[in-house]
Amino acid sequence: MSVLVTPETRVVVQGITGHQGTVHTRQMKLFGTAVVAGVTPGKAGTTVEDVPVFDAVRDAVHATQANATCIFVPAPYAKDALIEAVDAGLRLAVVVTEHIPFHDMLVMYHYAREKGARIIGPNCPGIAAPGKAKVGIIPNVVFHPGHIGVISRSGTLTYEIVNGISEHGLGQSTCIGLGGDPVVGTSFVDALPLFEGDPETDVLVLVGEIGGTAEEDGAEYIRHHFTKPVVAYIAGRSAPPGKRMGHAGAIISRGKGTAATKVAALEAAGARVGRFPYEIPDLVAEVVRAQARR
Amino acid sequence: MVKLAEWRGKELFRKYGVPLPRGSVARSPAEAEALTRDGTVPLPCVVKAQVLAGGRGKGGAVRFANTPLEARAAAEAILGLDFKGETVKELLLEEKLPITQELYLSITLDRTLRTPVLISSAKGGVEIESVDDAEIDRQPVHPFPGLTAYERRHAAKVLGVAGPVARSLDGLLAALWQAFQREDAELIEINPLARVGDGLVALDAKVIIEDDAAFRHPEYAEIRDDRTPLEEIAREKEIAFVQLDGNIGVIANGAGLTMATLDVLKEFGGDPGVFLDLGGTDDPKKVTEAFLLMAQAKPKAVFLNIFGGVTRCDTVATGLVAAMQQVPAAERFPLVARIRGNNEKEGIEILCAAGITATPGLKESVQAVVAAARGSA
Repeated sequence: MSVLVTPETRVVVQGITGHQGTVHTRQMKLFGTAVVAGVTPGKAGTTVEDVPVFDAVRDAVHATQANATCIFVPAPYAKDALIEAVDAGLRLAVVVTEHIPFHDMLVMYHYAREKGARIIGPNCPGIAAPGKAKVGIIPNVVFHPGHIGVISRSGTLTYEIVNGISEHGLGQSTCIGLGGDPVVGTSFVDALPLFEGDPETDVLVLVGEIGGTAEEDGAEYIRHHFTKPVVAYIAGRSAPPGKRMGHAGAIISRGKGTAATKVAALEAAGARVGRFPYEIPDLVAEVVRAQARR
Repeated sequence: MVKLAEWRGKELFRKYGVPLPRGSVARSPAEAEALTRDGTVPLPCVVKAQVLAGGRGKGGAVRFANTPLEARAAAEAILGLDFKGETVKELLLEEKLPITQELYLSITLDRTLRTPVLISSAKGGVEIESVDDAEIDRQPVHPFPGLTAYERRHAAKVLGVAGPVARSLDGLLAALWQAFQREDAELIEINPLARVGDGLVALDAKVIIEDDAAFRHPEYAEIRDDRTPLEEIAREKEIAFVQLDGNIGVIANGAGLTMATLDVLKEFGGDPGVFLDLGGTDDPKKVTEAFLLMAQAKPKAVFLNIFGGVTRCDTVATGLVAAMQQVPAAERFPLVARIRGNNEKEGIEILCAAGITATPGLKESVQAVVAAARGSA
């Protein structure tokens, strides 16, 4: 078992004919993912990386039994793309697209939720379960199959940490990049129960950053419901208030969303919080050794 | 994040039918005098600096006038004032109204609930952060039905208004909700919302429009907001760029990694001056643009932290060397690079051959850049 994706995951790539869509279709296939279809309106009948392209998600699902989508469609059209995917019956959507207006994302989130679909992202690297499947853009090279679960609000920082874990000879069960926007389809609180229920995950790594209260909410969940050890890192200790630090969601506003409150909440919930990103793999290794001694 | 000055916020309110005091903008003392003399702004009036920072009343940026000459004097006193780093260039003159009560209303985003939220309080006229939580009502608003009639009635109850005032509130709330959605606002705040006789009037307006929705709001394009000139250029080039107080520029790929790099730098005694997130790009043109922008910020030294994932480190390094050569010799900065990931050895070799200090170790390279910044100080 793994979280959200399995070897049975069949991916349709929306926006497959764009640069990102094409590059990452290839990467997903190299990871071993069944990318079964692409969608770009007006491009039906063509292929990208040997994947057949359709005009509409419904056509793609009908022809290929796709059961998940990876959306690369530009921001102004992303809301429509997501609704189309949900209407075609897909219940897992990884939205890679950056700069989607949050008003659009509110509609996307509630529409998906009411139809029983889950969104990962937007502005996210997606999901990867080594040896099983990847939906999104996380680099293949950093992974190694294993028992560390990873959830994060960032991209590259996560790749670094995952890579560090792999260099310790440890591997990952599933890694989910939740996205850096203020409104995300799946938050820490939404993702934590999935890892709690995943027998392949022994230790969880949580990578957060300034802005909002997703880490505090996650900490609250960990304190009451999460039984596995947690190692955490929070980026943005030195960030000034009122400035958006690259991610739309990374902003300390009206005194809320500082790194200090997040670190305190996670520590109070029993998580080991690293001060530097490069400490995280070491902390994970320590926790794993402690588990082995038990 | 486009923060609208009060008068722009009120123009937006007017479009949606939110009741406002009679008033007008003045940019000189003579104009302030003329507006009050010809009755455009009824007397007595209030003269308010149009700056984005809060606390204007206490900061001497709001004055009252009973005559046109007093309006002129007030304008003279406020224009050109340095208010929390902003120079006052515009004033809003408005009639002074007989207020009987000050209320608070805002609509913003609740990130946890993933819905807009209507915030109401009968304790208006003071900063909402200073109001006790028990006196603030937070009503989540589902985006599909929008702000419903029963939710508006609930707000009336919270604010303690009934009869004609409640009817005035009902229309005002419907207008605010429309404005919040149609204008792609992050925040719409009226504080204070004043009770005047049997009606309600928005005495202040705080409106923030979301950046990511700019593609459907060309009308906000010319508003410069509170970005620095370099941040403005970066925004046009779609580079995430934030100016800070220190002297070391930081370039990394990915917002989280860039933030983490600033944290490590600070921890080792460095003082970050620029946050520049290259994002997922390996487009040499974009890297060159980023370097040129960084050069304009005149850092003492620049720290580059790259993790090569999908993009290989050697490709990145080749691009970096080419970009550095595009920076005019006089503007070049000492550069320390930390390169990790796919093909890191090859990447480091390419950078070292070009005379750039490069290692895979974060701690060592941060220490090197801190030393470089001190050395050239």
